[in-house]
Amino acid sequence: MPDGHVHTLYRHGNTPLHRTQPHVKIAAAFLFIFAVVATPREAIWAFLIYFVILIILAVSARLGIRFVATRMLIETPFVIAALLIPFLTGGDRISLLGIELSRAGLWDTWNILAKATLGLLTSVVLAGTTDIPSVLRGLEALRVPRVLTTIMGFMIRYLDVVLGEFRRMRVAMQSRGHDPRWIGHIKPYATSAGLIFVRSYERGERVYLAMASRGYDGHMPTRPGNQASVPQWAAALLAPATAWAIAALAWWSV
Amino acid sequence: MSVPTIAIVGLEFRYPDGTIALDGVDLHIHPGERVALLGPNGAGKTTLILHMNGIYMPQKGTVAVSGLQLTQDNVMEIRRRVGVVFQDPDDQLFMPTVGEDVEFGPRNLGLTGDELNQRVQDALNAMEVADLIDRPPNHLSFGQKRRVAIAGVLAMKPSIIVLDEPTSNLDPASRRELAAALKSLDTTQLIVTHDLPFAYEMCERSVVMDVGTIVASGETAEVLGNDHLLQQHRLELPYGFAIRNGN
Repeated sequence: MPDGHVHTLYRHGNTPLHRTQPHVKIAAAFLFIFAVVATPREAIWAFLIYFVILIILAVSARLGIRFVATRMLIETPFVIAALLIPFLTGGDRISLLGIELSRAGLWDTWNILAKATLGLLTSVVLAGTTDIPSVLRGLEALRVPRVLTTIMGFMIRYLDVVLGEFRRMRVAMQSRGHDPRWIGHIKPYATSAGLIFVRSYERGERVYLAMASRGYDGHMPTRPGNQASVPQWAAALLAPATAWAIAALAWWSV
Repeated sequence: MSVPTIAIVGLEFRYPDGTIALDGVDLHIHPGERVALLGPNGAGKTTLILHMNGIYMPQKGTVAVSGLQLTQDNVMEIRRRVGVVFQDPDDQLFMPTVGEDVEFGPRNLGLTGDELNQRVQDALNAMEVADLIDRPPNHLSFGQKRRVAIAGVLAMKPSIIVLDEPTSNLDPASRRELAAALKSLDTTQLIVTHDLPFAYEMCERSVVMDVGTIVASGETAEVLGNDHLLQQHRLELPYGFAIRNGN
């Protein structure tokens, strides 16, 4: 059975981080990322500490270097974009290995790379220790409107179904000799994308019928959320609290 | 005689473009019965199902479920009484986990706490899928999905379960497991199917529908033994399959 890539973000385990209530983890991750973003870019030491904190968390959750590294690859396009900045921005220039680079541009690149990498690493640790249904429950517990979590849930639920449809269509195209080699061959893909849109729309209607048949009246039933204890909150908020302290220190020092 | 679980009298339905889908359907199903609804594609079977739980309202004629006449005001109660299992289980399993999906119906009925958990457990056990409770539906096999979809409907404690093509896309082993699970239920069932051997195995009575009306109703062995009737309505037994005690 094809496994959608969305599920490979989670690594099954039973570490303290896995056991922490999802809403607590989500809140902690957001607060941590805010601290990272709020840190002045000149405070390089602060970013190193953030990095160490995240590595400690990843190790304690037994996520493994390979697991984390492969999931960080999604950042690549942003890295490439960020690396172009020193060539494209103006102002004061410095020479590095014979290449003229903009000083302000280099700082911008560093700023983007450091913050994006740390933000992504935080998400990887969160997603690696929290499966998708728990993330949704966590968001609900944090009072994210039920409509939004429902839409997210449906999106994740049907992503695999839609991707599976697309895969079957591609196989059917290939089976009848379609061999895309240049941009002009893209037309069948465009048509199948349109077809998938129509099919998904029709599926939406059938899903609604199935919901109505089981008593749906326009309101998703709510599940009572799990409560987190004070010690659990305290433990989970330790990392973001440290990060905020470092951010404050960094502002004071620059 | 007991109050019929389903009593449909003179039901007519016409699509907005004028096409007649149901042309005076009369159908009675009694408590505890397991009835097969047979008929070629386009006979109006799905339209009929959608009338039984009030997705469509009768334009002419009446639909009553266990004595309660379908009207706009009691459509929710009708939907509780008539559990429809649709053809594609992916349309029916829309929640993030199996447990949450089976809970969906009873929660809409206002159930909570232990009562709710008991309902969910009973439904999952009846379909022998209790071990799947925490799994996301996209990780299940097709046969498992189908049984979970049925569990989701069972959890509403319906008076009748209506199954639309329950054996489609199932491998022989999943088909056998499904048959066993359905036989173990004491709920009234209406099985809409093209799979005539399945109808023969499961249902004492069969109803044949074509061009919007019921054209035959009787013991399954008799209906399936009537070659002329089958031919007339584009129904065919699989090659090499014969009903022994038919006429």
